Amino acid sequence: MAEKIILNMITQRAVEEGQAMEKGKTTPEYFAACSVCEMNPEDMKRLGIWRNTNVRVTSEAGSVIVKAIEPTQYCPPGLAHIRQGVWANQVVPPRTQSTGVPQYSGFPVTIEPAINEKIKSALELVQGAVGIWKGGN
Amino acid sequence: MPKWITQVGCPYCGSSCDDIECLVSDDGKKILETRNACVIGNEIFHHVSSPDRPKRPRMRQPDGSMKEVTYDEAVDYTAKALIKAKKPLIYGFGSTNCEGMSAVARVAERAGAVLDNCASICHGPSFLAIFDNGYPSCTLGEVKNRADVVLFWGCNPMHAHPRHTSRYSIFPRGFFTTKGQMQRTIISIDPRETDTAKLADYHFMLNQGHDYELFDAFRTVLRGHDIPAEVAGCKREMILEAAEKMKNARFVMIFFGMGCTHTDGRNHNVDIAISLTRDLNTHTKASIMAMRGHYNIAGPGQVWSWQFGFPYCIDLSKGTRAHMNPGETSSVDLAMRDEVDCFVNVGTDAGAHWPIAAIKHVKKHPVITVDPNICMASEIADLHVPVRVVGVEEPGVVYRMDNVPIQFKKVIDGPEGVPSDEEFFDKVYTRMCELTQTEPIWVHVKEHAKASSSLEH
Repeated sequence: MAEKIILNMITQRAVEEGQAMEKGKTTPEYFAACSVCEMNPEDMKRLGIWRNTNVRVTSEAGSVIVKAIEPTQYCPPGLAHIRQGVWANQVVPPRTQSTGVPQYSGFPVTIEPAINEKIKSALELVQGAVGIWKGGN
Repeated sequence: MPKWITQVGCPYCGSSCDDIECLVSDDGKKILETRNACVIGNEIFHHVSSPDRPKRPRMRQPDGSMKEVTYDEAVDYTAKALIKAKKPLIYGFGSTNCEGMSAVARVAERAGAVLDNCASICHGPSFLAIFDNGYPSCTLGEVKNRADVVLFWGCNPMHAHPRHTSRYSIFPRGFFTTKGQMQRTIISIDPRETDTAKLADYHFMLNQGHDYELFDAFRTVLRGHDIPAEVAGCKREMILEAAEKMKNARFVMIFFGMGCTHTDGRNHNVDIAISLTRDLNTHTKASIMAMRGHYNIAGPGQVWSWQFGFPYCIDLSKGTRAHMNPGETSSVDLAMRDEVDCFVNVGTDAGAHWPIAAIKHVKKHPVITVDPNICMASEIADLHVPVRVVGVEEPGVVYRMDNVPIQFKKVIDGPEGVPSDEEFFDKVYTRMCELTQTEPIWVHVKEHAKASSSLEH
């Protein structure tokens, strides 16, 4: 059982994410829809993480705590998916290959169990990053 | 009696559905029910009446809290911030009407700003490929009436454009496609078995990021050459079979999405897709289309091409001429190099959808968000200006993913005193002219146009 594994990360749409976003980015629905990382059960086994427990995802650009879930749409071993939004963009590398488009899909991440770590709210992540987070929810 | 309003446009995805029906309350202020919309569209129509919606501008105070201010104060702050900045960036526009885009472009010209839209983090690479290689495309009606082989390359309409397959691409029975889905061969190319892939006759579960090789294999086969036993994780036999299907089709349609534009190669994945489409036209008829994201993200490409000659990443800082070079003048690249000193977010949410590093850079300078709702961009802004919701409270022209313009309706009244994007930015323009003691040329032009159109009636 490895302590960390390297997976190839993509960030994409989901209809739950679209609906939650229109409900509002500060709602519990948006939190539930977007603070998740879908990965193949084989990869979870390799890492010894249980379904629906928290993991730390780290890329060259940053790190974020999200909940590991089994894919709602089949994801092959080696590939991981965070739905686009606040949590995904904590780890999306801003490099654009001189086209303006960041590396939203296809970047390496390490994933490790983080059962006791808390998932931060969208506001805490974004306001925290720019130094205006005042606490609370 | 509540009243059903029909032929309403949905302000969400690039399908820009215009067959929505809304049940509006007696007082004309609330939408009670919708018909035909998908779950996402339905959410939008109900959310406009949410009591949490802000109805006055809010300015950040020295202690970090937000305090309500008047629209006049918001106009004045925005005008002054734009005049003071050496190189402001005005970004967004996925979710507003063409009238709003045009008004903001006049402000950007006045301010010597960089004007950019969400294409620069979405289908911008498709534009780059189109500049290189052309755009053999069609309208969605042609897909519905003619296409018998449909490819979904790196796109997942079941989640991103929920009614696309039922309105245009798989299920509808068209003029020459009377058997609907039975008559169409669906090919999905995606590293995941998405809900779109589950509808397909062929699913190429390719290795992520290897689209270019797979396109190359299809082109090689179509030109009569041999390919290796496996390309990008896909078997030769399956590639040969699908290529044969495409050759023998009456009309091949290729839809592509972020699976091409967000991965390694960016524009090159798209330019080889266009080359494949051109190759296919030596065998049959084939067409290609970008699965544009927001309901009017094709709009700024159209409006600004007429105004400046460029669809996005438009640098107006030289004053007398526009310049475009994504990589140099795109929003995220400018932000990462810290080259802009004021950020205006209009009808989008850069706070949630940009890589966080880029947001940290723009936040070093004044940030102004013009958006109907509370979002991440509004919550990090120094000034948040609420506006009316296009397609629900404000009518206007929007461009669907195939660049077909659709007139969206107003369904209910907006909150008292809340302006549209166009009204707000026209005021900013006028205020900038007052402050710099210059002629508000565009205001005269607009008034003249209004006067002459009322004479015609």
